[in-house]
Amino acid sequence: MIPYAFHYHRAKSLAEAEALLAKSPEAKLLAGGQTLIAAMKMRLAQPSDLIDISGLKELSFIRRSGDALVIGAGTKHQDVATSEEVKRTIPALAHLAEIIGDPAVRHMGTIGGSLANNDPAADYPAAALALDATIKTTRRAIAADDFFTGMFTTTLEDGEIVTEVSFPVPERAGYSKFPNPASRYAMAGVFVAKTKSGMRVAVTGAGPAVFRVPEMETALAKDFSSAAITRISISAEGLNSDIHGSADYRAHLVGVMAKRAVEAALE
Amino acid sequence: MAVVSLTVNAKPVSAQAEDRTLLVYFLRETLGLTGTHIGCDTSQCGACVVHVNGRAVKSCSMFAVQADGAEIVTIEGLAKDGKLHPVQEAFRENHGLQCGFCTPGMIMTAVDMIRRKPKLDRATIRAELEGNICRCTGYHNIVSSIEDAARKMSAA
Repeated sequence: MIPYAFHYHRAKSLAEAEALLAKSPEAKLLAGGQTLIAAMKMRLAQPSDLIDISGLKELSFIRRSGDALVIGAGTKHQDVATSEEVKRTIPALAHLAEIIGDPAVRHMGTIGGSLANNDPAADYPAAALALDATIKTTRRAIAADDFFTGMFTTTLEDGEIVTEVSFPVPERAGYSKFPNPASRYAMAGVFVAKTKSGMRVAVTGAGPAVFRVPEMETALAKDFSSAAITRISISAEGLNSDIHGSADYRAHLVGVMAKRAVEAALE
Repeated sequence: MAVVSLTVNAKPVSAQAEDRTLLVYFLRETLGLTGTHIGCDTSQCGACVVHVNGRAVKSCSMFAVQADGAEIVTIEGLAKDGKLHPVQEAFRENHGLQCGFCTPGMIMTAVDMIRRKPKLDRATIRAELEGNICRCTGYHNIVSSIEDAARKMSAA
């Protein structure tokens, strides 16, 4: 498969990437490319220019900063999955990264790319939302609650580049995903976190975009156990229905995955 | 068009490539290294897996220009001095293939997997093979091949 023609640029700095983005309105950033290149091959995307930021060392890091774990936007899934720091501070996040796609995809795909793309079935948006993360860009800091605005859309402006994600370290967290058997994208994935700002439950894969489940959060705040949410039924209204599963099926899966996520958080 | 310079199987090479040329086409058509296969071309099947700077990646999901300056190993680069790589040998010994189309990708994935996880059980091998599809074998002998190779390589 051959994509439409484009001009490739390898950015040597963030400033250069910003300048190149500003120059061509149809330019796109290339990080891991594991979604973008597939879309370009299908000719579903036709950027005039690709600005490769995968070589920017300043975007690739994992560090503890006070009460938060900060991960550079260019950090690859494989590096999050195997990081001792991530495994120690937020093991659920390491687990989530370890089950994205397949090993070859994890060697290329980045956390910043996943968040900016906001695929309705991607894993990272659930973690960012449940952990009350802050997404830092070249222009500002955005709370996860404000960042994800809908299917494949975020509050990012033209030319704005995600630089890092700050995850407040939770007391407990767990992630459970029912993957589509072919693509490994989430049919339903639930990230549960007991954070300093309260109980947070975020669902990916089931709806048009990642969303929280307030009923479960209230129930888990009173009693953090899988039994506490057994009777909560998720409405199928507005959930995705496609060849892989109906909205009713996904609603059911959300309940099951939420219970498993709580159990994982308690392990 | 750009000149792409990289190291492939320990040999430095330079060749012209369009910006939109995928690495797999560059390897196969420009460099003539047809051991790397194109199966699905949609990043599902893993027949095109090569190593870029020591990590397994799908060469259908990366542009050749992105690999400028990189070190690449393809299936052609595994055997040394006429001797098969232990993973290749294990696939032969354990009948880890039938038609052979997926095999280059399976072997490149296996070499990467064993490097990252020297101690492998069958469940881990199956999970690690998530991105490689075989339509003949049912995977049983592929898993046995990798298990055998990992055991022999850690003993060596």
